Amino acid sequence: MSGLRTPAGGRVDRGRPLRFTFDGRAYTGFAGDTLASALLAHGVHLVGRSFKYHRPRGIVAAGSEEPNALVTVARDAARRTPNVRATQVELYDGLVAESQNRWPNLSFDVGAINNLLSPLIPAGFYNKTFMWPRKAWFALYEPQIRAAAGFGVAPAHADPDRYAQRFAHCDVLVVGAGPAGLAAALTAAAAGARVLLCDEQAEFGGALLDEHDAVIDGAPVAAWLAATVATLRTNPRVTLLPRTTAFGYFPHNNIGLAERVTDHLADPTPTQPRERLWQVRAREVVLAAGAIERPLVFPGNDRPGVMLASAARSYLHRYGVKVGTRAVVAAGCDAAFQAAVELAAAGVTIAVIADVRAPGSPPGPAEAAARAAGLAIEASATVLGASGRLRVAGVTLGRVGTDGSVTPGARHACDVLLMSGGYTPSVHLHSQSRGKLAFDETLGAFVPGAAAERTRSAGLARGAHGLATALDDGAAAGLAAAAASGHRGDSGPRHAVRALDGGVAGRAGALPQPAGPLPPAKAFVDFQHDVTTRDLALARREGFEAIEHIKRYTTTGMATDQGKTSGLNALGYVADESARAIPDVGLTTFRMPYTPVTFGLFAGVARGDLFDPVRRTPSHDWASARGAVFEDVGMWKRARFFPATGEDLHAAVDRECLAVRHRVGMFDASTLGKIEVVGKDAATFLNRLYVNNWANLGINRSRYGILLRDDGFVYDDGVIARLADDRFHVTTTTGGAARVFAMMEDYIQTEWTDLSVWITSTTEQWAVVAVQGPRARDVLAKLVTDVDLAPAALPHMAVARGRICGVPMLLFRVSFSGELGFEVNVAADYGAEVWAAIHAAGQEHGITPYGTEAMHVLRAEKGYIIVGQDTDGTMTPDDAAVAWAIGKTKPDFVGKRSLERATMKAAGRKQLVGLETVDPGIVLEEGAQVVAAPGQTPPMKMIGHVTSSYHSASLGRSIALGVVAGGRARLGETLYVPMPAGDIAVKVVGPVFYDREGARLNG
Amino acid sequence: MLIIDCPYCGPRPELEFAHGGQAHVVRPADPSKSSDDEWTEYLYLRLNTRGVYAERWRHARGCGRFFNALRDTTTDHFLATYRAGERPPTVAAPRSAP
Repeated sequence: MSGLRTPAGGRVDRGRPLRFTFDGRAYTGFAGDTLASALLAHGVHLVGRSFKYHRPRGIVAAGSEEPNALVTVARDAARRTPNVRATQVELYDGLVAESQNRWPNLSFDVGAINNLLSPLIPAGFYNKTFMWPRKAWFALYEPQIRAAAGFGVAPAHADPDRYAQRFAHCDVLVVGAGPAGLAAALTAAAAGARVLLCDEQAEFGGALLDEHDAVIDGAPVAAWLAATVATLRTNPRVTLLPRTTAFGYFPHNNIGLAERVTDHLADPTPTQPRERLWQVRAREVVLAAGAIERPLVFPGNDRPGVMLASAARSYLHRYGVKVGTRAVVAAGCDAAFQAAVELAAAGVTIAVIADVRAPGSPPGPAEAAARAAGLAIEASATVLGASGRLRVAGVTLGRVGTDGSVTPGARHACDVLLMSGGYTPSVHLHSQSRGKLAFDETLGAFVPGAAAERTRSAGLARGAHGLATALDDGAAAGLAAAAASGHRGDSGPRHAVRALDGGVAGRAGALPQPAGPLPPAKAFVDFQHDVTTRDLALARREGFEAIEHIKRYTTTGMATDQGKTSGLNALGYVADESARAIPDVGLTTFRMPYTPVTFGLFAGVARGDLFDPVRRTPSHDWASARGAVFEDVGMWKRARFFPATGEDLHAAVDRECLAVRHRVGMFDASTLGKIEVVGKDAATFLNRLYVNNWANLGINRSRYGILLRDDGFVYDDGVIARLADDRFHVTTTTGGAARVFAMMEDYIQTEWTDLSVWITSTTEQWAVVAVQGPRARDVLAKLVTDVDLAPAALPHMAVARGRICGVPMLLFRVSFSGELGFEVNVAADYGAEVWAAIHAAGQEHGITPYGTEAMHVLRAEKGYIIVGQDTDGTMTPDDAAVAWAIGKTKPDFVGKRSLERATMKAAGRKQLVGLETVDPGIVLEEGAQVVAAPGQTPPMKMIGHVTSSYHSASLGRSIALGVVAGGRARLGETLYVPMPAGDIAVKVVGPVFYDREGARLNG
Repeated sequence: MLIIDCPYCGPRPELEFAHGGQAHVVRPADPSKSSDDEWTEYLYLRLNTRGVYAERWRHARGCGRFFNALRDTTTDHFLATYRAGERPPTVAAPRSAP
């Protein structure tokens, strides 16, 4: 090791060394290290290249706010996680990590040419430079920009890991297990509340983990922490969730937690999920998320080795790592002096402390400690620049005069520059919950204001600073939250604390620089998105004043860290430049997730076969065994066609269609929606709902029904049978079943409460086998009992009850093919058996199973519409050529009044017609547009479009249905379908192509 | 995810419910007597309230019943739920004004 590891102390286990590699080079660390602390122990600061300029970048922070140190951690080819923060990667033996966004390697990166080209690529450059030619954007510019600017690479393999999800309820959810959160959990649990305490870190303690000589209740901080966690752990009402990030705050106190279960393990057991999503519903929430230290903004502030002062304390006390040997400390707030004192005590040379606090800042306790320790302090200082390419080598300071002028000062050699601009409370979750934010003038930052949910913030998250204050504030918040959830308790004795509490108030925006234009060296505001003061100034010069606009133009705060370290500095810079106060500049909205969340967490088990429920018809296994090709219709799997050996789709469909026309075919129609409508007012109800007249429908008769919405447009259709005076069997389209049922319920429950009627979905209770074709009766006659199938006894649209294969059957004499047809309804459990029996009985008649594709062709040959294919939600019954179904004498039905509006009867509405290509071999494309004249160039007037188009084997030519403006008045006209290869001439004909008289139906 | 208090089943998560649009829009008893303007208003014109809004919900994956709710559109907080056909209850002003 390089001598940067302290001889003792910290929370790492020096008895458990761990091996790991970074960019292929082997290192060792200790159990308890993060990847960041282990690299720093070897003096490695350079860990990545920046997003846009490919600048060398180092570790800035010690926690989840880290903007620079994004790495890829790889277990195998499929388990490669890009863009994880090295500060949050727990070390395990054998860990393999790689840097990102560099080629060929981290020290020499060709992409760094972008840094030299930076005057050419300011904020918004891609909006200005790559405007045309338009096609080049997709082919050239975007792929190039994406390749050059970016983060890690996603794995090319499917994720082999498992992700779990669970719901949880609690009285009090405490987010953050620092001093305030722990105190809140203690008092809430003591009051009897069920408490859930989560923290994003592996260990509970938050800021306490970074302390070394504080004393609480007479015990050293580490001992107090261990005892407190043990107390909570043994309380059965408390659930502790370490490694768990509260990433989103959703309405009604619904909080999303991402628990990382195995990422820290060298050898996870396969039975464990990698991560677990907790959807918590909390009666009360305590947000104790602490605060994030702000970087300072000065030229060269992104050089590796420039880091937050609090991070240096954390690495020293928690991990036993000195981040350098010679430090310059730029103190924009009192707490930074504490870092200087403690690093000096650990043997780090403090070259100088530059006091860069805002003029007139009150003296603080940490500053006094630094003076007592005899450290060199330069008052009224500013930082003019930092030098060093792959690691900071020196810092040039300046002096700020009383008039605000800046004079250059000395250069101080160093290998690490510690900065602090003050602390920004983590108000993310409070803001996500729609709580207001208020600007705290003393702190110079936003704190939580009025809450919109049952939530309260505690400790440094609301600006309550100092260890004793945080403990008191947390205890009070926990008590109040418990009481609000119905559990009264008392706070117990106050915690006795001895600690040096450095002040946390600081400054926002850029450090003062000499008058004149901005220096050439970049001063970064947003490290992760490479946004500089120059970019913000440019945005203002180009007229952007609102922070929401500046944010989008420069992309400041829009990286994966969502501006944790940059947000307030951007606001402060814009405020200074425009001579406004920060609250007047505004505030951008905090959104979930707090830190990036994997897709796997949200997907959970809903992937592969479990992605979406699958509905299968009773004949599914039979069809599957015979090689049927299925298609998805909603959640249903429907057989599309049954290819014989060597057949393609077209050959199979031709054969299936001809079989129905000449012999007999069978088709599984079980997916049709089925609703039983029952009650003494059932007929009245259907009369009010559907366009047809149902009052005169006889028992055991059926009729084709049309359902409109009240706006007069076709919504659904289907055959409706009357089984008894007070009982109807309604069928709907396959896709419309649920919405028709909901619509019926709506009218029954809320509009026509005078009616005595009930509805029940019976879609899955009935299996339906359609037997269609001239020999259909011959097939069924062998199996059906108790029903006279003769045409006189069971005419077209008649319904009968009897038995088939000995089981009860509801038999419809209906046809969606135009042939003699029956639909056999049996209880779904008998469906497979009856299907097979009909198939066997039909062998002597050449029965042929057919799929949805043949069904479509057969119905199109007859001009039968499919709602949703030949209609589109803007068609009246007249437009769709089904106005004949309307009961003309009815006073009202849903949609009737709308049909009386002038526009619904206007000439020139699109009407359903048949379209016959002049060349019978051409099959039109569905969706293709129809125009009146050939040879036009765009833009041209489109007068209609093709809705259904097929090759018809029965007719030996193509057929199509379409909707054309004033279509029925155009019969015989020639129109044109413009396609890339040229215009296709079509003749307008009636929509019925086959058996126009309908004689075959009555066979 | 919202918690919605079904008047028949009690508080249940939002994913059990379907939203049903503005409440208290009554279909004319005899639409043939409505003028074109009146009918158009019934069909298409809806409030876009900032604040307390009366809306319909259906406990679609529960009891199946339609009911009404008063919701503050600025906070998503439900102020009351009540059965279809009932008049909206009087509620206190929303907790956090815009």
